[in-house]
Amino acid sequence: MPVLSYIEAITAAMDEEMERDDRVFILGEDVGKRGGVFRATDGLYNKYGAERVIDTPLAESAIAGVGIGAAMYGLIPIAEMQFADFILPAVNQIISEAAKLRYRSNNDWSCPITIRAPYGGGIHGALYHSQSVEAIFANQPGLKIVMPSSPREAKGLLKAAIRDPDPVLFFEHKRAYRLLKEEVPIEEEVIEIGKANQVRAGDDITVITYGLCVHFAKEAAQQLNDEHGIEVELLDLRTVYPLDQQAIVHAAKKTGKVLLITEDNKEGSIISEVSAIIGEQCLFDLDAPIKRLAGPDVPAMPYASSLEKAFIVNQDKIKQAMLELAQF
Amino acid sequence: MSEITITMPQLGESVTEGTVSQWLVQAGDLIEKYQPLVEVMTDKVNAEVPATFSGEITALLVEEGETIAVGTPICQLKVEGTDDLSESTQTPSENNEKAIDEAAATESMKQRYSPAVLTLAAEHHINLADVTGTGMGGRITRKDIKQLLANQDSTTASAASQQLSETSTRKPHEKKLKPIQVDQLPGDLEIPVTGIRKAIASNMVRATSEIPHAWMMIEVDVTNLVSYRNAEKKRFKELEGYNLSYFSFFLNAVAKALKKFPELNSSWAGDKIIQHKEINLSIAVGSETELYVPVIRNVDEKSIKGIAKDVHHLAKKARTGSLTQADMQGGTFTVNNTGTFGSVQSMGVINYPQAAILQVESIVKRPVIINDMFAARDMVNLCLSLDHRILDGVICGKFMSHVRDILENISGDTTPIY
Amino acid sequence: MTKHKEIGLSDQAVVDMYRIALTARRLDERMWLLNRAGKIPFLVSCQGQEVQQVAAAFALERGKDYTAPYYRDVGVVLALGMSVQDLMLQAYAKAEDPNSGGRQMPGHFGSKKLKMLSGSSPVTTQVPHAVGIGLACKMRGEDAISFVTLGEGSTNQGDFHEGANFAAVHKLPVIIMVENNQYAISISLKQQVACEKISDRAVGYGMVGETVDGNDPFAVYQAIKTASQRARNGEGPSLVEAISYRLTPHSSDDDDLTYRTAEEVREAKAKDGLLSFKKYLKENNLLSDKKEEELEAAIKKEIDLANEYAEAAPSPDPDTLYQGVYQ
Repeated sequence: MPVLSYIEAITAAMDEEMERDDRVFILGEDVGKRGGVFRATDGLYNKYGAERVIDTPLAESAIAGVGIGAAMYGLIPIAEMQFADFILPAVNQIISEAAKLRYRSNNDWSCPITIRAPYGGGIHGALYHSQSVEAIFANQPGLKIVMPSSPREAKGLLKAAIRDPDPVLFFEHKRAYRLLKEEVPIEEEVIEIGKANQVRAGDDITVITYGLCVHFAKEAAQQLNDEHGIEVELLDLRTVYPLDQQAIVHAAKKTGKVLLITEDNKEGSIISEVSAIIGEQCLFDLDAPIKRLAGPDVPAMPYASSLEKAFIVNQDKIKQAMLELAQF
Repeated sequence: MSEITITMPQLGESVTEGTVSQWLVQAGDLIEKYQPLVEVMTDKVNAEVPATFSGEITALLVEEGETIAVGTPICQLKVEGTDDLSESTQTPSENNEKAIDEAAATESMKQRYSPAVLTLAAEHHINLADVTGTGMGGRITRKDIKQLLANQDSTTASAASQQLSETSTRKPHEKKLKPIQVDQLPGDLEIPVTGIRKAIASNMVRATSEIPHAWMMIEVDVTNLVSYRNAEKKRFKELEGYNLSYFSFFLNAVAKALKKFPELNSSWAGDKIIQHKEINLSIAVGSETELYVPVIRNVDEKSIKGIAKDVHHLAKKARTGSLTQADMQGGTFTVNNTGTFGSVQSMGVINYPQAAILQVESIVKRPVIINDMFAARDMVNLCLSLDHRILDGVICGKFMSHVRDILENISGDTTPIY
Repeated sequence: MTKHKEIGLSDQAVVDMYRIALTARRLDERMWLLNRAGKIPFLVSCQGQEVQQVAAAFALERGKDYTAPYYRDVGVVLALGMSVQDLMLQAYAKAEDPNSGGRQMPGHFGSKKLKMLSGSSPVTTQVPHAVGIGLACKMRGEDAISFVTLGEGSTNQGDFHEGANFAAVHKLPVIIMVENNQYAISISLKQQVACEKISDRAVGYGMVGETVDGNDPFAVYQAIKTASQRARNGEGPSLVEAISYRLTPHSSDDDDLTYRTAEEVREAKAKDGLLSFKKYLKENNLLSDKKEEELEAAIKKEIDLANEYAEAAPSPDPDTLYQGVYQ
């Protein structure tokens, strides 16, 4: 099995899907000759040409809106937002149009678009290149939001997103792009959207998270096991909207002590909803108050290293929170 | 032939009513479907309302100029040959009720205890297996436990050996006042017992019937205090704009003594006594007809001036009726300024569920023997009512003499105003 | 030679155009009555714009080209094959409404069968969609083009700019028709734009812009026909502005006399494109008084039947509320 980085896995997923189905195409800023500012589309322009790897004007609403139109026609667009932070001008297109198209047309029209965007901090990106924006979209039935946690996951989930008959927002952690590497099977692997993944089994505490935080939680869980013999049940949400309620409830009931982690601001975040699901369904199985570890409720991640470090959820903070919960 | 009633249509998304500005038809007119009937004015639009049937107008039900709600009948007409004209009505589904009934019939939830129920059960030594739950599937609800405790409360109140439960935060019952036969004389005035009076009555009955009161009184020589206060009061009034009252000094002394004897700064909580850390003094403030007990918080941390200021503000709020619930919460001990009425001795009723109340009587100049000689001294009586369940004579005696020591030694050095 | 023959329209086509425009008008008038009688909660009107709508639709290859109509386009959708009954079902929000099954307000058209994109209420979002269709047609080498309409007020939205610019940069087969009816609810044209014509904006995108009299069916037909030829020839998008006047309040919830005078509306009604169209037909012996009467009667009957059918049709089953969120 070849070892791929997170971003190489993403490129590979798009490459394979474009190869497999000629309706698949890419549009976005700098995705063509440049191969993307993060190089996610590297090599695809040369392989598939300017017709299928389309450099667009700098206009996010058009990238989304034109993609939606092409999807209505029957093509399968992959629209790239250069940073998740810049998706906001396209929110009307995503929420009013893509999310509602099937419903408002009573199943007549559909919108099989995938919108990719790099999210997350810890790379000195400051306020506008570090944000987690998933919560903005996570109460919009009609949308799906996928946030992969590793290269293998990224590849399998992106292929599923591209094949999905409905709009999918695919948020990739930009720090994970070159930080995470792992063996990715050569044979085709498509990971089902809407299903969470048990990363680690344990009976002391349950940790539920997604994206890059899964990686940190996995490392922290190993440390706690080595140092204190604590067994962590770790659930990777993979799809943060709509949530895999069954897996969440199952994992929460297993230990009765639940730690939820996100890099996003705490208020109204994905894990707030996870917490509500557990609150609704697991009262008699809880052995501790549900604990949330998240970014602070300040507008976004600042530039200075000291402030960035203070903001961001990292392995140490996760380990500390896990230990406290285990000792409760 | 059938009779049709035309109603006021909803003209516009948020419109709820309309004004009939002009009728375009009258009784007896034969009209065509969609012929304009009436001009209606609403917040959003002015419109002609057309007929929805052809027929003969039999009655106009609304006068011009009248404003009526959407859905109100506006006119009637006779139409030919239709019999199914009523708007369809939906019958509500009964599925939900059925589901609830089924769940209630089982006992599946009997042993599912919520954290709230478990906490209460542990606190009051209740065996949950003996409790019948009224919740879905036989679940024991928090209310079931509360109900159980309330019943125990009323049936076993007199049994001293019984561990009675009563949390300190619990609100007093508003017992229904039963009318009592009173022979009324001509000219008697009947005053209904409502509001504050009712609450006072209920609190007093509760305090006196539940708390075993005991009393003690001491006499304090406050000559130093009087001369100190007289020396400062004019300047204080000029500087601060309100009076430097004796009461502030008494509160100060009580707070200091409570700090030393926290046993008196506590509350009865059924199966336990809660000793409070904060010293929050309730003070009785009366208006013409009502009695309020607002609270000065953390008196031990305040200067004489700070206390005087709080007393002034709370008294003013009581007079203007602007005391809030928050002003009256959190008291840990009560000091009552009975001296203002000229009283020299009284027996206070404890402010439930506190442990004691101190009455500060009038300061009176009296001959006192000092070093075998008569001296004219300023004397005051302090009367303490105590909850004998919580406190005993020894500790209260120590407390009272400490209060006396503080008061008798008051001067600019021991008790600065600022 | 008559005007319509000059631009390649047969006698039959012109009579059909008139019939559809008149149907749109009569249907709209009925909708007002139904609203005022409390039968339908809402309507948004097409009156004053039917002629340009029908003429533009006739200039397309109906059945092949894609359209993204906006909420006043009763004329466009009737010309493309939506029926009076379909629109009545929509007005009554009935299950059989082909646009949305009773989910959307009237005026929110859409039909995959008719290649008519589903529209929403936030204005101008349809412009990027139409551009996306144009992009797809070009990528797939399809001869179809993409036709999108919007009001002049919508040309102030970012999506107009983003969509128009994208279409021009990529030379996409797109026609953007602005139906300038002089008002964005209560905001008059002067308060909306500072340029003389909406079509002036085309220059900024590097596309052809043209302004025509929206009350003249032949001018509109010709402008759209020419634009469609450009689109099919790979010469990129066009911006066509058709000027008319909104003869009714913005919607059934609006009172237009709070911001414009009855006199102004009266003057506009005298220039109603439907009247001049009829005059043209009569002058050219395409419509006799008798035929006109028959036409009116036929339209009334069609509307009556549709009305009756739609009113009696079943409402959407509440159990379908959760359907169609995802596949």
